[in-house]
Amino acid sequence: MIRVQMPAHLRTLAKVVGEVSLEVEAPVTQRRLLDALEAKFPQLQGTIRDHVSKERRAYVRYFACMEDVSFAPMDAELPEDVVSGKEPFLVVGSLSGG
Amino acid sequence: MSGVRVLVGTRKGAFILEADGKRDKWDVKGPFFAGFNMYHLKGSPVDPNRIYASQCSDWFGQLMQRSDDGGKTWEPVDNKFLYDGPTGKHLWYDGTPHPWEFKRVWHVEPSLSDPDTVYAGVEDAALFKTTDGGKSWVELAGLRTHPTGEKWCPGAGGMGLHTILIDPTNHNRMYGAISAAGAFRSEDAGVSWKPINNGLSSLHIPNPTAEVGHCVHRIAMHPSKPNTLFMQKHWDVLRTDDAGEKWTEVSGNLPTDFGFVIDVHAHEPETIFTVPIKSDSEHFPLDGALRVYRSKSGGNEWEAMTKGLPQENCYVNVLRDAMCVDSLEDCGVYFGTTGGQVYASADGGESWKAIVHDLPAVLSVEVQSLK
Repeated sequence: MIRVQMPAHLRTLAKVVGEVSLEVEAPVTQRRLLDALEAKFPQLQGTIRDHVSKERRAYVRYFACMEDVSFAPMDAELPEDVVSGKEPFLVVGSLSGG
Repeated sequence: MSGVRVLVGTRKGAFILEADGKRDKWDVKGPFFAGFNMYHLKGSPVDPNRIYASQCSDWFGQLMQRSDDGGKTWEPVDNKFLYDGPTGKHLWYDGTPHPWEFKRVWHVEPSLSDPDTVYAGVEDAALFKTTDGGKSWVELAGLRTHPTGEKWCPGAGGMGLHTILIDPTNHNRMYGAISAAGAFRSEDAGVSWKPINNGLSSLHIPNPTAEVGHCVHRIAMHPSKPNTLFMQKHWDVLRTDDAGEKWTEVSGNLPTDFGFVIDVHAHEPETIFTVPIKSDSEHFPLDGALRVYRSKSGGNEWEAMTKGLPQENCYVNVLRDAMCVDSLEDCGVYFGTTGGQVYASADGGESWKAIVHDLPAVLSVEVQSLK
């Protein structure tokens, strides 16, 4: 199972507490992971990435195994520790004040 | 006993304020959707328990919420607002062409006859409609693709369709207003639109009397006189008595005719309210004194309503969707400020009381009159 951690606002919207577990068909990529997340929680569509282009929203970042993978290709395979469930895939709202 | 429910959208969540018909004791619930910009909430006139809300943030984009129990519980509905066809370009701040980009929903306007039908005014300016209670939205592209669209330009707050009015005697006739394009009228329920800006004069645009390009801030209508509209423009307060064919300035003795809100008394179609703001570069009341101005003659002759409002050191703004009236026997008038106050008058504007005073900046105020 893939583990996903989301910011509080998205957990509230999805009505979940803590991490989300997902079944994702191999090879596990950003695109497939997010497709599975949005399929399980349709209310998240458009909040993390664009409805049509699937481009990441500007103030959202993705992290995996302590690495910022926000700019990695959407169809690149995620690290093995994320695929195995050892490490979570993080969807993060960027820090921005004011 | 009758009562009222006030729906308040703020920069950091929504609040619901309820009172009985006396409107002197208020029950405050919220924040709902804490942390989000709640641009607008509005209930269906057919089913007051059905409320729609626009929720958005720079982080997570646009969300839409629907309540079927008067705001106690909410469920997200479809948030996919896709322009229908080529997006085209409008003018950018520097005068260059700029592609239409969806940013947020500024205003929701439920149908007068069907709780499942709602219009949504969005930025960049366009009109969307749902007929299934928000499960899906489709653009009525005739507004955005109007031939004058390439001349529209965003105001300082963006290029939003912020006002949608439906003629209660003819639901095919609708009005819309866009900053900074102007006012528009549709005779076919939003399919096609015509600019109605004859009589407007905006000295800050190259041609002050151009067909489009005017920064209209708000339009209001009394349901018994749907051909008469009142407008608060960037500068100037105006009225039309022929459904927008010709506007006439009625700023009269207002101390400043810049402002954002305007509304009409529920039972007196020639009694109107506005909150004058000092200027386009100083968005606060003149002399630090918060005053509602009321005209009982449909404009030109105005009187300051000050009782209960701060008359010194007040430097808040009142944004365009932040004034409304209820329809109780003694008409209630409400407005919210960027300082987080919501003021209410239960006597047609004669006296005011802050029913809440420490909310986040208020973006919108709507009231439902409940039986």
